[in-house]
Amino acid sequence: MAESAVSPTAANGRSPGQWLATLARQRELSLVAIMVVLGGLVTLTAPQFLTVSNLSQVAVLASVIAVAAVGEALVVITRNVDLSVEATIGLVAYAVARVLELHALDTAGAIAMGLGLGLLLGMTNGAVVALFKVPAIVATLGTLSIFRGVDYLVAGSHQVPLAGLPPGFTDAARDTFLGIPYFVVIAVVVVVIGSVILRSTRFGRQLYAVGSNPEAAAILGIPSRLVVFTAFSMCGLLAGAAGVLWVMEFGTINGTSATGVVLAVVAAVVVGGVNIFGGSGTLAGAALGALFLGFIANALILVGLSQFWLQAIYGVVILVAVTADAFILRRIKRAVVRRSVR
Amino acid sequence: MTAVGRLVARWETLLVVALLGLIVLGTSLSPFFLTPGNFSNLIAALMEVAIMALAMTLIIVAGEIDLSVESMAGLASAILGFLWAAGVPLSIGIPVVLLVGALGGLLNGLFVARVGLPSLVVTLGTLALFRGLALIVLGPRGISDFPPAFTELGFGRVPGTPIPWPFVIFAVLAVLLAILLHRTWIGRQIYAIGKNTGAARFSGVRVTRLKIGLFVLSGLIAALAGIILTSRLSSARADAGAGMTLTVVTVVLLGGVNIFGGRGTIPGVVLAVLAVAVMQNALRLASVTVEVQSIALGSLLILSVVIPTFAHQAKSAIDRVRRGRPPPADSVKGERAVS
Repeated sequence: MAESAVSPTAANGRSPGQWLATLARQRELSLVAIMVVLGGLVTLTAPQFLTVSNLSQVAVLASVIAVAAVGEALVVITRNVDLSVEATIGLVAYAVARVLELHALDTAGAIAMGLGLGLLLGMTNGAVVALFKVPAIVATLGTLSIFRGVDYLVAGSHQVPLAGLPPGFTDAARDTFLGIPYFVVIAVVVVVIGSVILRSTRFGRQLYAVGSNPEAAAILGIPSRLVVFTAFSMCGLLAGAAGVLWVMEFGTINGTSATGVVLAVVAAVVVGGVNIFGGSGTLAGAALGALFLGFIANALILVGLSQFWLQAIYGVVILVAVTADAFILRRIKRAVVRRSVR
Repeated sequence: MTAVGRLVARWETLLVVALLGLIVLGTSLSPFFLTPGNFSNLIAALMEVAIMALAMTLIIVAGEIDLSVESMAGLASAILGFLWAAGVPLSIGIPVVLLVGALGGLLNGLFVARVGLPSLVVTLGTLALFRGLALIVLGPRGISDFPPAFTELGFGRVPGTPIPWPFVIFAVLAVLLAILLHRTWIGRQIYAIGKNTGAARFSGVRVTRLKIGLFVLSGLIAALAGIILTSRLSSARADAGAGMTLTVVTVVLLGGVNIFGGRGTIPGVVLAVLAVAVMQNALRLASVTVEVQSIALGSLLILSVVIPTFAHQAKSAIDRVRRGRPPPADSVKGERAVS
C-alpha cells in the first residue's frame, strides 16, 4: 500500500528521490539486474555456470524455497511472521515419505495428505495468532518447537530411504515441461495465482490493508482476524506443498529434514522486497528473492568458496537488503515531504 | 485490589507455585530428585541459556529482540578453540572472545538503533552471519585439548558444595542486572523505551545510545555463555549453542516479560529458569524423551501468553459486571500485530 500511495507524487515530480523511488518499486527488476551482472562475472571464472543443467539445478532447488517464501510473504504482508515453516516442511516431508514407504496411500493420496497436513498446521498457527491473540513471533516460535518435536517423535531414528519411495516419484524433480523443470512451472503457477488473488480480489486488498494499518482496517470493517487466519492457513498449505517438493527433490527423509530452512525462507521474503512491517511487497519479489539466494549459493560453490561461507553470505545479504530498503524508504519519504511543503 | 490480591495476581507468585508443584511432582517420581548431585546436574545443563536469558530480558523489556545470541555463543566457542589450537594462551583468548562478543553486539545495536531497522530482521541476519563466521573460523572440526583448569570452570563445583561454577556466574549476573534494571535510572529508562520510545526520546532518554549499549551487553553475555559452554563440554565447535535462542526466548517470556516491551522483571526470569530446569529434570526422571520436552516447551511458550491474556480479560469482565459499566471503548480496536 505504501508504494501505491507514494507513486503518483514521486512519478510526477522531479525530486531527487525519484529514481530511487523507481528502483524501490522495481525490486524485482533490480534483483534480476544484479543476478545478470553477477552471473556474467561468475561465468568468466567458472564457465560451467552458464549451462542448462546447472541453471535448471539452481532453479529447481530455489523453486522449493520459493513456494514456501510465497506463503511466508502472505503472512509478512499482514504484519505477522511465521517462523514455523521449516517445521511444517519437515513434518509434511516425513509424513509423505513414510506413508509412501508403508504403501498406506498411493502417490496422489500421499500428496493430498501432505497438503492437507500443511493446511492443518497453518490453521493451527492462524488460530493461535488470530483467535488467542498471541503475538505471531511467540506463537510460531512455540509451534516451531511443537511441530519439530512431533516430527522427531514420529520419526524417531527412522530414515525413509530413496528406495522406500515408489519408483519414479523423485523423477518430478528432474523432469521438464517444454524444457522447463516441473518445479519451476509449479513455483510460477503458485506465484501467478497468488498475485492475481492479491491484486484483484477483495481478500488480497484486505491483506495489504490489515498489514498497512490494522486500526484503519478495523474501522473500515475489515475482518482482520479472519484475514490473518487465512494468511497463516495459506502459508501452511504452501509450506506443505514445499514439503512434498522436498521429498521429490531429496528422496531421503528423516526427522531432521529441512532444519534451518526458515532462515532461507524469511531471507527470500526480505530480499524480495516485502516490508517486514507489513503492508507492501509482492509474491513475485519473494520468489525472486529465493532464486537470488539459490543463485548466490551456487555461484559461491562454483567460484570455489567453501560451503561454510554460505551462512555468512546469507546473513550479509539479509542485512544489505533490509538496509537498502530503509534508506530508499527514507529518501522517498523525504522527497514526498519536500514536495508537499512546496 | 488488596495487597494480598495483588501478590496473588502477580506472575512471579504463579511461577513460585508452579515451581513448588514441579518439585513435589519430581520428588514423587524419584527419590533422587532433590539430592545435591541431581540438583547441580539439573541446574548446570541450563546455565548458558539462563545467562543469555538475563541479557535478553533487558532487550525485550526495551521492546527489541536478539535472535543472534546462539550464533554468537557458537562464534565465541569457535574463536576460543581456534586461538587455543594456534597456541594462544587462554588468558589472551578469553578477553579476545569477549571483545568479539561486544563487537558483534555493537553491530546489531548500530543496525537497530542507528539505522533504525527492525531488530527481528537484523538479528535474523546476524544469526546467519555469526554462525557462518564460526564455520569459516573453525570449519567442521572440534578442539578438545583444553587444560583442566579451564574445563573446571564449566564442569566443576564450588569446593565443599554441590553448586556448579556457572551457577555462581549466573547468580552474580542476575543480581547485577536486577539492580541495573530495577534500582537505577538506566533501568527506568529501559522501561520507558519499551513502553513508548517516542515519549522516552522527548523526555530526554538517549534511546539510541541505550539500545546500542543493551545489544553490546547481549553480545558480551552471549560470548560468555559460549565460553562456559565450551568449558562444560570441554570441546570448542562452530555449531555450539545451535537452537538455544528458542529456549532463551521461551524462558524470558515464561518469566512474565511482555514481548512488546515495557514489562517484566529479572526475578521473574530467574524463577522461570528454575522452573524450566526442574521441569526438564522431572521429565527426564519420568523418562520422557527430549522430543516430548520440546513439545512441552513450545506449548508452555504459547500458554505463557494465552493465560495472562485470558486472566486479564476475565478480570476486566468481572470488574465491569461489578461496577455495572459498559465495556471500555478501546476494546473494539484492532488487535496489535507483531512488529
